[in-house]
Amino acid sequence: MASALVNVPPKAKKGAVIEIRTLMSHIMEPGYRRTAEGNLVPRDIITSFTCRFNGEEIFRADLFPAIAANPFLSFFTVATESGKFEFEWIGDNGFVANASAAITVEA
Amino acid sequence: MRLRCLLLLAAVVTALPALAAEIPAAERRSGYSFMTSDTKAMQDDDTANPGMLSVMDGEALWNTKVGEANKSCADCHGDAAGSMKGVTARYPAFDKALGHPVDIEQRINLCRRDHQQASPFANESRELLALAAFIGKQSRGQPITSGDDEALAPFVARGQELFMRRQGQLNLACANCHDDNWDKHLAGAPITQGQPNGYPEYRLEWQAMGSLARRIRSCMTGIRAQAFDFGSLDMVALELYLMSRAHGMTMETPAVRP
Repeated sequence: MASALVNVPPKAKKGAVIEIRTLMSHIMEPGYRRTAEGNLVPRDIITSFTCRFNGEEIFRADLFPAIAANPFLSFFTVATESGKFEFEWIGDNGFVANASAAITVEA
Repeated sequence: MRLRCLLLLAAVVTALPALAAEIPAAERRSGYSFMTSDTKAMQDDDTANPGMLSVMDGEALWNTKVGEANKSCADCHGDAAGSMKGVTARYPAFDKALGHPVDIEQRINLCRRDHQQASPFANESRELLALAAFIGKQSRGQPITSGDDEALAPFVARGQELFMRRQGQLNLACANCHDDNWDKHLAGAPITQGQPNGYPEYRLEWQAMGSLARRIRSCMTGIRAQAFDFGSLDMVALELYLMSRAHGMTMETPAVRP
């Protein structure tokens, strides 16, 4: 069960700087830990995050084993036009999760 | 001579300083008030609080039909916003059939067994914590009323006894830190009052959700004592005492703690 929490302002003035915040549910197992029996726990992390606005990529991040569980990413963009933000998380073991949020930009 | 020795012993025992009394209501402080502004901000924003991911999972489980009975929680309890409001704030609650109190995690598993005819969730499993977090969220902002039931009195007393009892290789009672020294620091970290008003909670140290029982167990391991088992009578009694000790405090579930 992969759940995401995305915070995008529903409305913004044209040209305004807006903050986008995302929280993704993931264990982010770094791959360096061992079980009580001494076996290595295999790595299981999110490796990449992408945000597209109306199909165009506006933000991308690579994630690494040192990043905590349930990665929280926040970034800024300029509101240019109304449209849809699409978020994609890709990770180990074929992990793919998507979310989207719409924004209305007023002149 | 012998009598004199006994009298002397009695005088010494009574002269030992008693443990400080319970924290008065006006001085009760949530663990929240000991946190840095960053961690407070994380708890306050529902889109930044990782506990809300668990709440979302719990909402999905609430509405999923399971077990031989093929019933969901919602089939009996309806909308949790109404039916579960204030419930976590009064747990652990007395179970008449069992004759002792049960905590919210045990109640969920009893409900699964009796009404859904489903297998119980494992202690601290993602599903159990998710349902407990979802139910607990409905009590957010409500005052703690746990321990009001008169039938609970002997169990609250047992919990208080456990709270006051020195144990483990470090020979510490819960009260030594959480009643007597809560305004001080231990290795740079603030000693809190040990108030149970945000469980299940997201601990940054654990990078996961955890129940009050898990928190108590890690405290007990810290004083090198034998930790109570999940759901044992002593564990539930201690949880119950902690909740009654926090009477009237506001629930914060799902809280974020360092």
